[in-house]
Amino acid sequence: MDKIIVENLSITYSDGVESLFDINLRIPIHQITALIGPSGGGKSTFLRVLNRLNDLADVTKTTGKVLIDGIDILDPTQDVIALRRKVGIVFSRPLPLPLSIYQNVSYGLELMGEKRKTVLDDAVERALRLAELWDEVKERLHDPANSISGGQQQRLCLARTLSLQPEIIMLDEPTSALDPVSTAKIETSLIELKKDFTVIIAPHNTQQAGRIADHVAFFLQGKLIEFSSAEDIFTRPKDVKTQDYISGKFG
Amino acid sequence: MKENQTRIFEKIITRTIQFSGYSSILFVLLILFFLLSEGTPALFDVPLSQLFSERWYPIEDYYGILPLILGSLVVTLGASLVAVPFGILTAVFIAEIAPKWLQEIMKPLVELLAGLPSVVLGFLGILVVSPFLRDTLNLPTGLTALTGSLLLGGIAIPTIVSISEDALNNVPESYRHGSLALGLTRWQTIWGVTVPAAKSGILMAVMLGVGRTIGETMTVMMVTGNAPVVPTTLQALFMPIRTMTATIASEMGEVATGSSHYHVLFFIGIVLFLFTLLVNVIASNISSRKLKRSERILS
Ligand SMILES: Nc1ncnc2c1ncn2[C@@H]1O[C@H](COP(=O)(O)OP(=O)(O)O)[C@@H](O)[C@H]1O
Ligand SMILES: [Mg+2]
Repeated sequence: MDKIIVENLSITYSDGVESLFDINLRIPIHQITALIGPSGGGKSTFLRVLNRLNDLADVTKTTGKVLIDGIDILDPTQDVIALRRKVGIVFSRPLPLPLSIYQNVSYGLELMGEKRKTVLDDAVERALRLAELWDEVKERLHDPANSISGGQQQRLCLARTLSLQPEIIMLDEPTSALDPVSTAKIETSLIELKKDFTVIIAPHNTQQAGRIADHVAFFLQGKLIEFSSAEDIFTRPKDVKTQDYISGKFG
Repeated sequence: MKENQTRIFEKIITRTIQFSGYSSILFVLLILFFLLSEGTPALFDVPLSQLFSERWYPIEDYYGILPLILGSLVVTLGASLVAVPFGILTAVFIAEIAPKWLQEIMKPLVELLAGLPSVVLGFLGILVVSPFLRDTLNLPTGLTALTGSLLLGGIAIPTIVSISEDALNNVPESYRHGSLALGLTRWQTIWGVTVPAAKSGILMAVMLGVGRTIGETMTVMMVTGNAPVVPTTLQALFMPIRTMTATIASEMGEVATGSSHYHVLFFIGIVLFLFTLLVNVIASNISSRKLKRSERILS
């Protein structure tokens, strides 16, 4: 089943450059879809469309359709706040807030009006467990978030996103600044997460896509060159450009 | 040869900088010493019980400074009540809500307001604010503690706005995006994330703004009516009042050097100095806490 259906999506930033060009793509539910391609290809732009974070950037023109659960989220009447709760994102740089570890996970719920301590405690533990971080921080939940390592901070950001129980989790080069151990933990976590969530990741290298992705989309200069199962992309790519990219001829 | 020259040059520069640094300390100490040496004799000239009594009438040797201290406090407090909420909200508006073009207009406007000479503000007080208050509230005179508070608030606002706004602008954009990406609304982001993250800077802005109002002289002298009355009820807000600064400024010129009156005026100066010192110490405590926090973030 397809969680997200993208039809003829084109995006132009205010500098006039078309950053996404006529994208058609179906993202299946409960799977990991990886967006690969050289930088500047439009992966981040694509992710930011899906929860309308592009509203905050200098986008002048968006055309086409993005259906999530059958609803066009580009519709101006779409409730953006509700959309962003449903479609969470983790950025490439870990960005904890200047609060405690616990508060970083709980504050979204708290701001939404959840006051019951036990509910918050449970939600925090659950999210931290899902992000493979619980064991490392359970003794020091009230330490400042910047007292833990960068890799732990990134998992904290993942937990923060998970705390609001989204349906889709997007990650934009989440491990580009992380050590191998934290990278492995995040990958483990994602494979676990796809049981309950739909995961979309822009990995920072193709190896990562190879390790965890079920489906792969290859973006090049704003165009979707190829989209198919990870196996097909890595073993028998149809497009010669995909082949060149996979084999490391450019990137 | 060349190297020797450089070394001598270095030495001269170092010494010059050292001299400037030390001399500023020296000046502060001299001023403090002067203030103390001229002010403390008041304690011998006037018995303590009289000094802190309620009657200020120097011509008949009544030197009670209590009404002056309380007058300053009332006006400062009133000014804070006006300036703090208004200043912070304005800063939030400029930094977080206003569109770019409006920001560009409002920022220099606030700076301009900060540069307004206090005597001009006093003018405005006498000609506009005071008659307005007199007529609308039906008061015998418009020169009241309230008038002073409103105008002093006007003096504190630009300080509070521009420093708070800096603090808000220093909050990393990533905090806002992270919060918005979680599906929090703009208001939740502002009150739950951005303002708390800028908290220490905003507190410092408040202290500096309040510090300015305590020391402010010209405006209060012009608009508060200068009657040394002890404010006891809320009613006092609508009556004339007299501050420490206004007293010193208006009486120092006519006083005989070395007289009791002269010493008491200096003593008031010491009290005023202690007040501003207190505010500054609090402000610098806040800013050093901020430093420690950013150090933590960096480490
Ligand atoms: N905020 C923005 N304003 C203008 N142009 C942008 C912005 N973000 C991205 N772009 C442009 O869009 C194109 C795609 O960028 P991006 O989505 O970041 O690609 P990727 O994530 O694959 O590296 C690039 O040409 C980039 O310059
Ligand atoms: Mg990118």
